Amino acid sequence: MNFDYNEEQQLLADSVRRFLQKDYDFEARRKILASPEGWSARVWSQLAQMGLTGLPFSPDYGGFGGGAVDLMGVMEAFGEALVVEPYLATLMGAQLVARAGSAEQKRAILPAVVEGRMKLAFAHTERKQGEKLGVVGAPIADKLVVSSGSRLFLADRADLKMKPYRTMDNMVAADLSFSRDRAEPMPGADQAVAETVDFATALVCAEAVGAMKFACDTTLEYLKTRKQFGVPIGTFQALQHRMVDMVISYEQARSMACLACARVDSAANAAERSRAVSAAKIKIADSARHIGQEAVQLHGGMGMSEELKLSHSFRRLTVAAQQFGDADHHLARFASL
Amino acid sequence: MDLNYSAEEVAFRDEVRAWLAGNLPRDLKEKVDRYEHLSKEDLLRWHRILAGKSWVAPAWPKEWGGTGWNVVQRYIFEEELGYVGAPPLIPFGLAMCAPVLLRFGTEAQKKRFLPRIYQGEDFWCQGYSEPGSGSDLASLKTRAVRENGRYIVNGQKTWTTLAHYADWIFCLVRTDPTSEKRQEGISFLLVDMKTPGVSVRPLILMDGAHEVNEVFFDDVSVPAENLVHEEGKGWTVAKYLLGYERMNTGRIGESKRQLARLKEFSSGKLNDVRFRDRLSRVEVELTALEITNLRFLDRMRRSGQPPGADVSMLKIKGTEIQQALAELMMQAAGEAGSDEFAAALGRRYLSMRKTTIYAGSNEIQRNIIAKQTLGL
Repeated sequence: MNFDYNEEQQLLADSVRRFLQKDYDFEARRKILASPEGWSARVWSQLAQMGLTGLPFSPDYGGFGGGAVDLMGVMEAFGEALVVEPYLATLMGAQLVARAGSAEQKRAILPAVVEGRMKLAFAHTERKQGEKLGVVGAPIADKLVVSSGSRLFLADRADLKMKPYRTMDNMVAADLSFSRDRAEPMPGADQAVAETVDFATALVCAEAVGAMKFACDTTLEYLKTRKQFGVPIGTFQALQHRMVDMVISYEQARSMACLACARVDSAANAAERSRAVSAAKIKIADSARHIGQEAVQLHGGMGMSEELKLSHSFRRLTVAAQQFGDADHHLARFASL
Repeated sequence: MDLNYSAEEVAFRDEVRAWLAGNLPRDLKEKVDRYEHLSKEDLLRWHRILAGKSWVAPAWPKEWGGTGWNVVQRYIFEEELGYVGAPPLIPFGLAMCAPVLLRFGTEAQKKRFLPRIYQGEDFWCQGYSEPGSGSDLASLKTRAVRENGRYIVNGQKTWTTLAHYADWIFCLVRTDPTSEKRQEGISFLLVDMKTPGVSVRPLILMDGAHEVNEVFFDDVSVPAENLVHEEGKGWTVAKYLLGYERMNTGRIGESKRQLARLKEFSSGKLNDVRFRDRLSRVEVELTALEITNLRFLDRMRRSGQPPGADVSMLKIKGTEIQQALAELMMQAAGEAGSDEFAAALGRRYLSMRKTTIYAGSNEIQRNIIAKQTLGL
């Protein structure tokens, strides 16, 4: 039993956090959001230089062979800083290639992803056959992995018709239409999708925990500095107890993110893995909603302001609660496993 | 990161589990399983079985009968006790009076009381709350006046759990009503329940059970040698006890057992999505609390620091989960009709409302976290 990151994991998380504090503060992020592209190529290449784009991939392709626990500290740091670059989208696409792609597809794609030269996305959710919805990272991905029926295909972005937009939490995304004609089939399929979605769900849990940490920290700071009736509002018991409940909610959520990441790496079987991931996602969805809403409320009017980072954390938490299935979806899956 | 117990810890757990399975008397287990009232004799019988195995007070120093287990082993042991469905070990002697004596008592006090606590020869209760002093414990009024090497005690304690079984009561009493800081006028005193002037009146709670009492002190004469620590230092003693290692506060093992039983007898209701989802949410909370508990335990093991306000968090979540389970159990059993089992679970639901009130209400626990952890 050991709940700390190992030395390598801790060093990596610390260096990512330092980089984000220096180069990705709220103002730097605001400029990225204001740009037409909605992401920063410079940031992306720095993430690649730090080894992040290669973390979960085999050393055969230049990666580090890491698992979800190795990524957990990174995702927590991303969640605190609200990174909008489509990191998870690229990892998902590349995981699918690694799990379901042909040898040739792997050689063509994985080293390029590891080196930061290629971004991917995974188009899965559909309105009807051929119409994919809410594909995060699609407008800037070089290639997309697209599910169609029970099969997976690789497509060039240029061959897909897209309607790009920004999500509620300011990620670049698109709805797109897909036909198999211009796409390359991938040999593997079903298991790869289930494994990859569980992997990504565990990482979203960790990322949400990072966003919750920021929301708790900044709200606590606000309670200590904001004065009304001549005293800091944190002296009021009605607010103290709500703050305490937020912190408890955070600790419980973090415990479940640990469970999800650990089980994704080492569950005895798929059912055990999926059950842990669903349990975690239920808790993370509940905590994201609770902490997000309370943080805004305790900030009063300021909590509503676009100018405060908190409102952006709230949006991220709101999306994270629903990403890869909301609490209701995972309650149904949890009970069925 | 490794969420699993080590091979040695698993072996230890299995050893404990196997021993408990072989030594928990069947009739006691059945009583617990039926949520029946446990008599003093039931409680003491199980206490003595564990004492016979030298497992009744694992946390004590070895010279007084402790097992020498580390914090993780002690946690595993306590969780297994809950999980197997054993009668509870009453904490007032083993986990409250004894740690106080070990830390502040004289050699004579230790020699006199500890072996009897260990063997279950003395049954203890706790004299803290008073009619006017609940959450605001430091306002307590029970007076102890020193005269000729004795304390004369007058006043009243209330909500005194199992005082009607007790041979002894440890009390917070006011020895100096004039001290400027009211905490400094409080002392920690051990009182023999058979002393003339001590009387006990039952308080029946809404489940019909006699568990708590009022205890009255009417010119009760207590030898001064029963004072623990110095006069006026009772509050220090009480605070020490609050910070004492209570890593089992979340009662994970016990709640896991209740959850398993609930699933067992509510299988029909699991087709009801609304019920099923409520059950799943409690299960998720319990899983989260177990991991949170282990995270705190792991941190404590590494740092060697007492858990502090972490225990408050475990208390809040643990009791909320216990109550949620009790409520679901009542509802699930109610469907089956008004048999004895359903009635017992109904009473249990009523009784479990106490958990968020006793041992420092959950509101007081939130105050502690706000102050100690958050600096508010």
